[in-house]
Formats: sequence, structure tokens, C-alpha cells
Amino acid sequence: MATASVVNRRDFLKAGASASAALVIGFYLPSSTFADTAEDQEKKPVNPFNAWVRITPDNQVTLILGKSEMGQGVMTSLPMILAEELCVDWKQVRIEQAPTNPAIYDHGTGGSGSIAGSWVPLRRVGAAAREMLVTAAAQHWNVNRDTCKPQNGGVLHGARKQFLTYGQLVEDAAKLPVPDLKTVPLKNSDDFTIVGHDHNRFEARAKSTGAAKFGIDSRPPGMLYAVIARCPVFGGTVAKFDATKTKAVPGVRDVVSIEPVGPGAFSAGGVAVLADNSWAAIQGRKVLDITWDEGPNATESSESLRQHFIENATKPGKVVRNDGDADAALASALKKVEAVYELPFAAHACMEPMNCTVHIRPDGAEAWVPTQGPQWAQDVIAGVSKLPHESVVVHTTLMGGGFGRRYHADFVMEAAQVAKATGKPVMVLWTREDDMQHDFYRPASYHHMQGAVDAQGHLAAWKHFQSSTSIAAVWDKNGQEKPEASEFATAAFIPYVTPNFRVEYVLAKSGVPRAWWRSVEHSSGGFVVETFVDELAAAAGADPLAFRLRLIGDARKIPDFTSPEGKPLDTTRLKNVLQLAAEKAGWGKPLPKGVARGIAGYYSFESYTAAVAEVSVKDGQVRVHRIVYAVDCGRPINPNGVAAQVESAAIYGLSAAMHDAITIDRGRVQQSNFNDYQMPRINETPKIEVHVVPSKEEPTGIGEPGLPVIAPAVCNAVFAATGKRLRRLPIRPEDLA
Amino acid sequence: MAITFTLNGKAQTVDVSPEMPLLWVLRDTLNMTGTKFGCGMALCGACTVHINGEAIRSCITPISSVSGKKVTTIEGLSADGSHPVQQAWIEEDVPQCGYCQSGQIMSAVALLSKKANPTDADIDDFMSGNICRCGTYQRIRKAIHRAAAESGKAKSA
Repeated sequence: MATASVVNRRDFLKAGASASAALVIGFYLPSSTFADTAEDQEKKPVNPFNAWVRITPDNQVTLILGKSEMGQGVMTSLPMILAEELCVDWKQVRIEQAPTNPAIYDHGTGGSGSIAGSWVPLRRVGAAAREMLVTAAAQHWNVNRDTCKPQNGGVLHGARKQFLTYGQLVEDAAKLPVPDLKTVPLKNSDDFTIVGHDHNRFEARAKSTGAAKFGIDSRPPGMLYAVIARCPVFGGTVAKFDATKTKAVPGVRDVVSIEPVGPGAFSAGGVAVLADNSWAAIQGRKVLDITWDEGPNATESSESLRQHFIENATKPGKVVRNDGDADAALASALKKVEAVYELPFAAHACMEPMNCTVHIRPDGAEAWVPTQGPQWAQDVIAGVSKLPHESVVVHTTLMGGGFGRRYHADFVMEAAQVAKATGKPVMVLWTREDDMQHDFYRPASYHHMQGAVDAQGHLAAWKHFQSSTSIAAVWDKNGQEKPEASEFATAAFIPYVTPNFRVEYVLAKSGVPRAWWRSVEHSSGGFVVETFVDELAAAAGADPLAFRLRLIGDARKIPDFTSPEGKPLDTTRLKNVLQLAAEKAGWGKPLPKGVARGIAGYYSFESYTAAVAEVSVKDGQVRVHRIVYAVDCGRPINPNGVAAQVESAAIYGLSAAMHDAITIDRGRVQQSNFNDYQMPRINETPKIEVHVVPSKEEPTGIGEPGLPVIAPAVCNAVFAATGKRLRRLPIRPEDLA
Repeated sequence: MAITFTLNGKAQTVDVSPEMPLLWVLRDTLNMTGTKFGCGMALCGACTVHINGEAIRSCITPISSVSGKKVTTIEGLSADGSHPVQQAWIEEDVPQCGYCQSGQIMSAVALLSKKANPTDADIDDFMSGNICRCGTYQRIRKAIHRAAAESGKAKSA
């Protein structure tokens, strides 16, 4: 994970990143730029009955969720950890979203880090509550604690065969001293009855009946609906506007202009139309007469960016890593492979468009926010309203998708600005077009790869040059202190043994906003590394699986070159998932005519994934028939949830491999809706099998790690089927011809 | 303009602009938020409801065209989530973020009303108007088969 280096919360709006953003996204922000924040500091111990567990006299147990649910399943998996240590019956449990309070909760949700980061803390909290309940029971009966056993939401005194429910004990228990969380006894994992067992999603029923409340479903009394006209060119501003026609639209109540806000919020500013309902607001916006000042980015295009990449690739890059002498080895190589890989900007396209509902009163504020960073939303609203944080109540709602998009607070800033201007509760609602054209996109990138295989089939050299529109560059003060920090990760410590390994980087300048898209830099790194190694296997005349296993070599732990705190890559676990996926997929066994397999394996978010794709190509179209995964994310908390996340990442990854591309012309996004930004539908969905490795290792991420292997597995299968090597995404018919 | 229709079995009158889409009448005028806004152009299916038993996209359906008709939304499918399709969705643990699932379920119910035992190809064909960004499609197929089987059992019992 990242070096702890973040922004002072009070300076947040002026200065830059939020603590948790820096932490979850796993890239380095220079420590000189940022100070510590409350969220980043170790939380002070709190009484678990005040923060995490609520038990009523009738023995209803409510567990508190301190993270945000966006579909990834933490509303189920995190409370499972608490429930396990607490020794309650899962059926007895209710789950409630925590209030936004960064002094207690580590709210920030992203980087596939919720389980990994919460595993030990939640066990300790659950265990502390359990110990307090047991002590209360022992004191009640005046017996030795050791004769009291917690089970099924109560305490049993074996000798006397007496049982007290937690509901009967909680009042006394909550008054006891809180055990030292570092030494509180934890359950033996062999005794687990909840963790490690399949559970259905806690909120599945609410999500199947229409009862589930997303941010967009917030309806505080008297709320107005607002849509905002933003400059279509990134960085552009309002020069002047005339709202006469807008104000004549029935239902329109008000028109207000809002200022763009720079680093931190990164909101575009614009003109907000407030109305009695969404429809009237949208109609009113259509007839707004606005003249834009398009600003400095109005000439950028995908083509100009590509030329910029190509020009960058002619220059020596900043050396990110240099082992041995890759250039010399390449110059004298027996078999040399050279290739260029290209990936476009990609949009998150959450099904629930961005929205935020805020009410700012003179004495306090209340907000309903579908956000991965509630503490950040609170910061923004406190800043705009000039209210103290404790007067800003932020309700974290369910999210209709997040994928990294909802870590940003631009939509919160907009809603806070409009709410401040009107004094009424306001929902700022984005249409699909707004969402598609004002996203923070997965960076576009360009990779010049060179590799060599020697006579013995060893990897003689690996050289990776990359130019991209870095995420880190958005956050550092000068835009280029360490732009490569967000762009390589595992690609800078590949598992393939080579004495000559060089990685270079040149920042590409762009006005297009970018941020963390599902699996972040691994979405490009996984594609490039795992396709290029396949090219080397083909050059060596080797089987792609056998080649990988041989190049990974001996059992060892490879340090995370990009982050000193990151867990090292364990080659044994990587090999294991490659072999397991291959075995389950029937690697090497015959397939129907025209169908071929491709494989990829990758390490991301401290988890190991491998996928085998079966594809065929007909009439310039790739058809994916089957994907077989093996995943090792340490101890699986909810194996059913793990499988669901991998199935989901497969489709999200297929989307980028087969369809998604955001292209730029005249400084603006050319796509607008699901007609020109397409994604897989059910009729394109292959059979997906997920094999979860049983493990007692520390649990690690699973929301994202399924993604990086998909595009390379599919493209490698296309190569096996057709001999065509695909080096740019999305796959285009002309690349198959 | 006052427009009267039947909503989940009860008479409903709204006084709104006649071109206002049914989606916004449901969500903003009537505060029935189970039906979702996804695209506004009938491209994603998140807003799917039934009019006289047919699955339609409420985001492009003017309220004036609904006058006198029977509208069923996700809230009207069952009072308690007991509809066989909803049950199958829960059993197969279909939803992830869940945002598209009201529309998916309304489409699935319409499919099963036409084909009691759809094949995978039938499902793919009928359900391809509904996007799920979480990619729950494989579980949607399973859930529709489960709902078909459960409904079949109920009928033969």
C-alpha cells in the first residue's frame, strides 16, 4: 500500500488529495506535499457498544458497517467478521450504515482494501465485545469466567446449565472496561462457523424488491432537483449565460451559476437549473443560452494525444527501474520481440449516474451521498457551508456502482454549492450524458515493449517504456513530481526472471480528468505484461503456460518495487493459480474446431488471479465462450461473494477489451450514452467458472484483481485461434483481418 | 394536465406535463423510487415497468400515453418480495450493486409470462436490452431458470 502521506483536512479544498484516497489507491504522494489527517491516524479505541455493536434487550443484534457498499459485498462480508468473533447467529443480525465520523471509522472504500484492512480490527472489536459480555455474565452469576461460554448470541454457564442472552447482559457489559484490542483473545479459525462459509448478500432482498435506497432515491421534504450545464471542454468555464427561456419552463424554480473548484474537488462549475422534478430541470437546461470560454484544452484530441505518445517514445524516459543492462542484452539478442501496446481512456459508467443531495441550514447540514469517501464528502460540505464537521451529517447511501468513480467528490462539491446558494434541500442529478462526458477516466497509455529470449529459452531482457496520462500527476503540486508512481505497480516487478530489466516513463500531458478505474494501473499493466510474455512464448516456440511457469522459476518472494509497505509477490501462489486455472480449463486438451485457449496470470491488490479464456473468431468478431478463473485472495471471508466479484470483474474487463473507449475531439468526450459507449450484455456473456483457493493466509483484495487477466487471456486466445496478435484495446475488426 | 391510470392495482391520478416520461412521474411525482433512471434513451432497461403486462421503458414513455392503462412497477410485483422471480433473485444471490435489478426483474417476469420455460438463448434474446454494469448476467440466467422451475412446480402441485 501507499506511503502514508496525505493532506491536512483543513487544507484539503485548497491543497489536494484526501488521506484515504492516497491510501486506497495505492500510489505514492510525496510526503513533503501533504500532512497527516485524522483518518490516516490510528483510531483511538472506542467502546465497541458505542461504535460497532448494538444489542437491544430483546436480543436484536445490529452490526455497524463503517465502509461503503457499492456492489462489492462489504455490507455482508465485514459484518460476518464481527459476527464471527461476537459469537452470534448470522440470522439474528441486522446491519446498519455507520454515521460519518472519521475519528472512529476508516470510511474510505476502495483499492480492494476493505477486507484486508478491516480483518484484524473487526476481529478485535468483535472479540472485545464478546469478552465484555462474557465477563458481565460471569459477574452476574458470580462464577469463574472460564466456566462461561459465548454461543448463539448468549452466554452459557455449563455447570449450572444457565443461559443469558446478550440482550440481557449488554447493559452491564457496556459499562465494563474495554479489553486491550491488541491482546484480546481471538477465535481459533478452525472454529469459524460464519467466516469462510457461503453467505448470500445481506441486502439482496431489498435489492430485489425496489426497497433498497440509493443516493438517487433520497427524498428529503421540500427537495428541489437540479441538473448542471457544464462546459463540454475539460477546463472550460462559463463566459456568460441567459436563463430567460429556462425560467419559463414549467416547474423550473431557479437558475444559479457555480464556480469550478480545483484540486481536491475537481468540479467543473457551470449553471445549475433547479426544478420541482428531474424532467423539468432537464428540459430547462436544454434551453439555457450559455457562451463558454473553452479554455486551454479545446484542441486536444485522441489523435493529438497519440502523436504526443509517439513523440514521447522517441525520447529516453525517466528510468523507473534498471537491473543489468537491458539495452545491451537486446542489442545482442538471439530472439528479440518488439511491440507497441495502446489503451484508451475508459469511463466507469456506473449504472446509477452521479448524484448528491445536500441541505445546508444556518445551523447545520445534512447530506445523502452515494460515496466511497464519506469523510471526503463531509470535508467538502463543511468547507462550502463553513460549518464545523460535527454539524455536517453525511448519510452514506447504497451506490449503484462505484468502481473508483465515487471516490471523487466533484458531485458533492456541486451539490454543496447549489444547496448553499438556495438554502433548500437539493439533489444534483447527473444525466447519463453528464456521467459519460464528465467522468475521471482510466488513463490512456502507450507502451513500447522489447524483450529477448536466449538459446536456453530464458528471458534475456525485458524493457518496458510507457507514456501515459498519469493519475498521480493530477494530484502532485507541479503535476510531474512523480507521475509514474500511479502507472506501473506490478509491471515494475514482474514475476518473470530476467537479469536485464528496465522500465522507463514519460508523462503525457492531457486536459482529460483521470482517476482510479476498476483495478487502476493493473488494467493496463496486466494487459501489456501478460500479452507481451505470450509474444515471447510464441517467439520461443513454447507453450504459454509452461513458458510462464519456467520464467517465474523458483519459489521466492519478490518485493513490491513500487511500495515498500506492499506485500511481496509470492511466486508459489502465482504459479498455483496459473496451474489451477489451466487444470480446471483442460489446458492442452482438444477443443471444437475454431475455438482456442489463452491464459494470463497476475498479482494485484495482494491477490493472485489467473484466467483461461476460450474464444473463437468469426467475421471479424471475437466470441468468448468460457472463462475459467483461479483466484487466491488469502482466506476467503465469503467464498460466494468472492466468486461474485470475480464474475463481475470478468464482465467489466471484457467490456474494456471488447467495447469501451472514450475518445476525445476538440477537448471533449465524443461518447454520450450506452449507444456509443457499449458494454457486454447478457447475450455476450460467457460461461464463467471461479475456483477459489482455500487458504489461511491473511485475506486480501478481490473487488478488482479479477480484471487485469481478462483482456490478455482473451487476446492470447485470439492469437492461438488466428495468429493475430492484438496489441490495442478495445479489439477492432481491422486488427483481426 | 390530469392523467388517470392504474398503478399496481390502484387508481392513480397525476397532474403533470403530458410529455413527462412515466419514469419521472413514478420517481419524482409519486416518490416510487424502485424504478431506476439509467440512460433516458431506452438503452439500458433500468427503468423497465409493465404496461398492460408488457415490459416497456418508462424513461421514453410519455405519461399521456399511459392514460387508462395498467402500470405495474417493481413495488407492485409483490408486497413482500415473494414473487417467484424475486425469490429466485434472492436465492441465486443475483444483485451486486443492485441498481439495474428492478429493471432486470421486470423484464424477466415479462419473459416468463410469454415463455414459461425459456432456454438460455431465449433469455439472452429477451434480456439483452437490460445492462448490468456489475455483470451479474450469469446469475440472472440461473435465476430465471430457477423461477421457471419453481413456477412449474407450483402449477403442477
